[in-house]
Amino acid sequence: MRVLDIVFLIMGLVLLFVGLAVVVMFLTWLERKVLARIQSRLGPMRTAPYGLLQPVADAVKLVFKEDVIPNWASRFVFWMAPILVAVPAFMIWFAIPADRELAIYKIPDASNLFELGLIYVLAISALSTVGVVLAGWSAGNKYSTLGTLRAAAQMLSYEIALVMAAVGVAMLAGSIDLESIVNAQVPGTAPIAGTRWPHAIFAVVQPLGLVIFFLAGLAELSRTPFDIMQAESEIVSGHMVEYSSSHFAGFYLAEYMNTFAIGALVSLLFLGGWHGPLLPGWLWFVIKTFFVVCLILWVRGTFPRLRIDQFMSFCWKALIPLSFVNIAVTAICLYYGWPAWGLTLISLAIVIGAGYFLYRQISAPARETRARFHQRQEAA
Amino acid sequence: MAESEPRLQTTEINVNMGPQHPATHGVFRMVLAIDGERVVDVTPHIGYLHRGSEKLAEGLQYHQITPLFDRMAYPAAMNNELVYCMAVEKLMGLEVPERAQYIRVLMCELNRIASHFLFLSSIGLDTGALTPGLYAFRGRERLMAFFEAAAGARLLPNYFVVGGVREDLHDGWKEQLSGVLSLVEFDTDEVDKLLTYNEVFVTRTRNVALIDGRTAIEYGALGPVLRASGVPYDVRKAEPYMVYDRLDFDIPRGENGDCWDRYYVRLFEVRQSLRIVRQAMERIPEGPVQGLRRPTGIRPPKGEAYARSENPTGEIGVYLVSDGSSNPYRVKVRPPSFCNLMALKHLLREAYVADIGVILGTLDIVLGEVDR
Repeated sequence: MRVLDIVFLIMGLVLLFVGLAVVVMFLTWLERKVLARIQSRLGPMRTAPYGLLQPVADAVKLVFKEDVIPNWASRFVFWMAPILVAVPAFMIWFAIPADRELAIYKIPDASNLFELGLIYVLAISALSTVGVVLAGWSAGNKYSTLGTLRAAAQMLSYEIALVMAAVGVAMLAGSIDLESIVNAQVPGTAPIAGTRWPHAIFAVVQPLGLVIFFLAGLAELSRTPFDIMQAESEIVSGHMVEYSSSHFAGFYLAEYMNTFAIGALVSLLFLGGWHGPLLPGWLWFVIKTFFVVCLILWVRGTFPRLRIDQFMSFCWKALIPLSFVNIAVTAICLYYGWPAWGLTLISLAIVIGAGYFLYRQISAPARETRARFHQRQEAA
Repeated sequence: MAESEPRLQTTEINVNMGPQHPATHGVFRMVLAIDGERVVDVTPHIGYLHRGSEKLAEGLQYHQITPLFDRMAYPAAMNNELVYCMAVEKLMGLEVPERAQYIRVLMCELNRIASHFLFLSSIGLDTGALTPGLYAFRGRERLMAFFEAAAGARLLPNYFVVGGVREDLHDGWKEQLSGVLSLVEFDTDEVDKLLTYNEVFVTRTRNVALIDGRTAIEYGALGPVLRASGVPYDVRKAEPYMVYDRLDFDIPRGENGDCWDRYYVRLFEVRQSLRIVRQAMERIPEGPVQGLRRPTGIRPPKGEAYARSENPTGEIGVYLVSDGSSNPYRVKVRPPSFCNLMALKHLLREAYVADIGVILGTLDIVLGEVDR
C-alpha cells in the first residue's frame, strides 16, 4: 500500500514535469507569436506549420551549445545557480490544483503541508531570487553584478505588495488553502459564517487586490514594464550575461514556468479557478491561466521599462500603501458584514482614483506639452 | 572623533560600455565610473569607425566623392550628398535647375523622415519597448522602397550629383509616393499613440538629462537637440537653401530640453517633413534635372567654399578648398553628430545607468559621421 502510494507520487511528479515542460515550450512559441502579431510580424513560420516546432529547435540548439564557465567565475555557485532558480519554479506547482481532485498533493500521504497552499506558493516563489542573486554575483561580470543588485532591490519592493494582496484574498475566503479559496468564489457554496456574501469571483469583489497582485506578479516575473534586472538594452540580460547552453536553458525554463504559475495563481485567487459553465474544470483553469498569460504578453508588447528607482518608489509609495488599504477596506467590510457589492464599489473607486492620480501626475503634463507644441505651430 | 565613525566602504566601479553593446548606437565606447546606479564620470572613446573619408576625398575626382558622403550619416544619406553638392556648386557658381532643386528637397525630406523613424525605433528599444520600433521600421521600409524605385538603392543611393540629380524620378512616382506618404503618416500616428503620453515612457524621459538653451549653444549642440532646448534654429529657415524659402513649414521648439522634448521635436519634424513633401509634390515643375552637360570631370576654379544644410541630426557643414585641379585640395566636414556628442558628458552627469542608452539615443548620433 505504501509502496503503491510512492509509485503514484513519483508518477505524478514525472507527469507534472513533462506536462510543464510541454506547456513551457508552447509558451515560448505563444509569446513569440503573440508579440509578432502585436508588432505586425509573422513570428516563427519555418519549422512545422505556423512554426509550432520552433521551441524544439530552440531547445536542441541550446542544449548542444558549449557550456562556457568564465575563468573568473566562482565555479560551484555559478553551476548551481540556474538549478536554484529552476527548482523553486517547479516546486510551486506541487501546490497548485488544476481541478477539484487534480493536484499532486491529492495523492494519498503526499503531504498535508499544502493545506497552507497560499503561503507555500508565495514562499517558494520568493526563493528563486536567491538563485538569481547567486547567478549574477558568481559570474564576476560587472553587468551581471548590476543586474543582481537590481534583482535584490526589486524583490524587496514587490514582495510585500504581492503577499499583502494575497492576504486580502485569504481574508475574503477565510482560508489559505487554495482549494477553499477557489470554492469560496462560487455563487451559493461555501458561505462564510456571519456574513451576507453573494459569492462572486474575487476579481469582481476586490478589483484593487487583482490590480496589485497582477502588477506585483509582473515584477516577480521581471517582465515588462518591470524587467529591470534583465534590461537587455542597458545591462544586456543582467544575471544571465555569462550563461550559455543548458544552464541558460534553466533560466529560460524557470522564467516561463513562473509566468505560467503567476497566470495560474491569478486565475485561482481572482478568476474562480476551475469553476465555469459547460466545459470541464481543468479546461476552464487552463483557459483562465492562458488568458492571464496573454495579458502579460500584451503588456510586454505595449510598455517600455521603468527605471529601478522609479520602480522602487512606485512599489513603496503606491503598491504597498494600496495593498494595506485593500486589507483595511476588506477587514471593515467583513467586520460589519456589508454586502459584496459594497466592497466592489469601494475597491473600484480606489483603483479608478489611483489611476486618475497617475494620469494627472504623469500622462497629463505630457499631453499638455504636446498640445503646446502644436499651438505654437498654429500661432507661428 | 566624529569622522572615525565606522562607515560602509564603497568604491566606484569602472564599466566598459561598448564598442559592442546594444545600447551604444554603433561602435561607440564609454568608460563609465559608476557609484551604484549613478554615473559619476564618463570617458567617451570614438574612432572605431574611422575610415578617413576626408583624406580619401582628396584623392578622388569631384563626382566620385558623393558615395563617401553617403556613408557618413548613413540613415540620411541623401542629406549628406546634398551638402557636398551644394559646396561644389557654390565653388563653381552653378545654378541648379528648379526641378532638380525640388527633387532634392523631396528626397531630403523623405530621408529625414527615414532617419527620424530610425530614431523613434531606437528610443523605443532604449526604453525597453519593442513595438513602436517595429512600427517605425515598417514606415522606414516603405520609404526605402520608394528610394529604391527612384534611385536604385535603398540605403546609399548616390542619387545627387553636382549640378542636379543623376536622373529624373521614375514614371508613376507621384502615385507611388502619395500611397507611401499616407501609410507613413499612419505609422507616425501609431508611434505617437504608443509612446508620447505612455505613462512609463513619460516617466522614463520627462526631466531626464536636462539641458537649457544657453548650455546647449555653449556645447555646440545642433538640430533637434538644440531645438528641444527652446532655440528655434534651423538652417532651412535661418539661411534657406534650395527651395525651402518657398515652402511652408514650422520649426518645433521644446520647453525643458529633456529627453521627452528631444523625442517629440523629432516626431513633430516628421509631420512637418510630410507637409514639405506634399507641397513639393504639388509644385514640382517640368524641366531638366541636370545643370551641367555631364557631371563628371568637374574642375571648379581655384578657391574655397563653405556650404551648410540641415541634416536630421543637425546642421552639417562642408568646407571645400579647390586648387583648380580635378581633385579637391581639402574636404572638411563639420558633422552634427560629433558636435551633439560634446554635450554627452554634461548630460550623463549624475544620470542613472539605465538612462545612458536613452540619453545617447536622444542625441541621435551616427558613428559613421562622428568618426568619418
